[in-house]
Amino acid sequence: MNIGAVRTFPEIGGHGTPVDLQLDAEGKLKHFLSIEGLSRSILTEIMDRAESFSSVAEQQVKKVPLLRGKTIVNLFFENSTRTRTTFELAAKRLSADVLNINIATSATSKGESLLDTVRNLEAMNVDMFVVRHAMSGAAHFIAEQAAPHISVVNAGDGRHSHPTQAMLDMFTIRQMKSDFSQLKVAIVGDVRYSRVARAQVHALNILGAEEVRLVAPITLLPDEIESLGVTVCHDMDEGLADIDVVIMLRLQRERMKGALLPSEHEYFNFYGLTEKRLSQAKSDVIVMHPGPINRGVEIDSAVADGDRSVILQQVTNGIAIRMAVMSMAMQRGEG
Amino acid sequence: MNHNNLDIQPLLDQLEMSLKEAISARGMVNPLMIGIHTGGGWIAEILHSRLGLEEPLGLLNISFYRDDFSQIGMHPQVTPSSLPVSVEGRDVLLIDDVLFTGRTIRAALNEIFDYGRPNQVALGVLLDRGERQLPFQPDAVGGQIKLSPGEQIKLSGPEPLELCINLQESR
Repeated sequence: MNIGAVRTFPEIGGHGTPVDLQLDAEGKLKHFLSIEGLSRSILTEIMDRAESFSSVAEQQVKKVPLLRGKTIVNLFFENSTRTRTTFELAAKRLSADVLNINIATSATSKGESLLDTVRNLEAMNVDMFVVRHAMSGAAHFIAEQAAPHISVVNAGDGRHSHPTQAMLDMFTIRQMKSDFSQLKVAIVGDVRYSRVARAQVHALNILGAEEVRLVAPITLLPDEIESLGVTVCHDMDEGLADIDVVIMLRLQRERMKGALLPSEHEYFNFYGLTEKRLSQAKSDVIVMHPGPINRGVEIDSAVADGDRSVILQQVTNGIAIRMAVMSMAMQRGEG
Repeated sequence: MNHNNLDIQPLLDQLEMSLKEAISARGMVNPLMIGIHTGGGWIAEILHSRLGLEEPLGLLNISFYRDDFSQIGMHPQVTPSSLPVSVEGRDVLLIDDVLFTGRTIRAALNEIFDYGRPNQVALGVLLDRGERQLPFQPDAVGGQIKLSPGEQIKLSGPEPLELCINLQESR
């Protein structure tokens, strides 16, 4: 298992920069770019804090003044309704001011470079960038380039990582099951193209899950699979045997065109999650999905809406996790 | 480390008496008692039962309202505040263990006003150690204490409840 590997992003040009960019000199979270390189204690602190922030949503006044006067920019180069709105709500519940930059209609589409966009926003004295980009390493690149007082949170970059999604998944698992060391977790579907799956695998390994099992056809598994610290299974029934947590991945429909899969119908027959298949797993299994779900493609409606599904709980937890990460990255203060 | 314990019973007796006077002087009707987590919560629990208050006790955790968040951060595990009864239009008795700079009380009032607009708020503290940095005066006090530079006072509890003065370790 090699979870602390230094990762570089040759496609961006940041040669050999380690992921420790995420931590400040005292080992506290400064940027949140990927799960790799973080310790179990930091991941646990994120979940503990999220637990604390969960209560804020249950109050009449769903707001605390921790980040009052801070400005957070949602820099979304790729569309994502759920992620953007939960980041926005999280920032607002911490009393920060939020700027949503819609890149499709912004200067970038007129030819401005990523770096120029960042420099211009910096000149407006903002404090944090939440970045979603189709290119792996984009958030990392911005963290390297931005002024020292600015924190960067990765809201999904290419195929690389989606660390807040992974943490809200870990937080949901922790709420439902107590001890990671006893857990067998199956991640099912399009692992190859999924930044969510990569981040989940790293988080589960850091938190000490007993087994992380990838269940997918060989065409949808990544090349670097040996280095991930997982077991692999190509058969769905076998893959679900004795499992505590099933994480379904969204089948990205655009993949169909690339001859990786015969058809959606065929895919559902082999890898779709149905009540019948789910009976292979442990009786108290929980079913997760990062959304958006394709009903009848990777998951049957009866399962998605069934009593073992925690899919909507994941959405709720997304806000608390994002509050936790933002407050941790910002608490270094000006000093 | 030097330390010595203070006898807590006479302080509680004095605070109880002082609170009764404040309630009557202020004309408070069916007051709502709120303790500040953690020490103030323990003191409030005792006084709530001694005064025989009808409304359930509220607990305030001001961690999200501190003014030193960006300097010292926050404890990751925060017990949520619980105010079982709405503060809107009510007479509130706010209770803490030790009153010092007044910053905790500032944070507590901000949080209370996020829940509603009380009719009035009276402040009761077990010990007033002076040296205020904000304009707050308690309405009911168990006792006063003056600490030498470097000394600090800490309430531990809930069982046994102990007030202890010790020398801050030099950093």
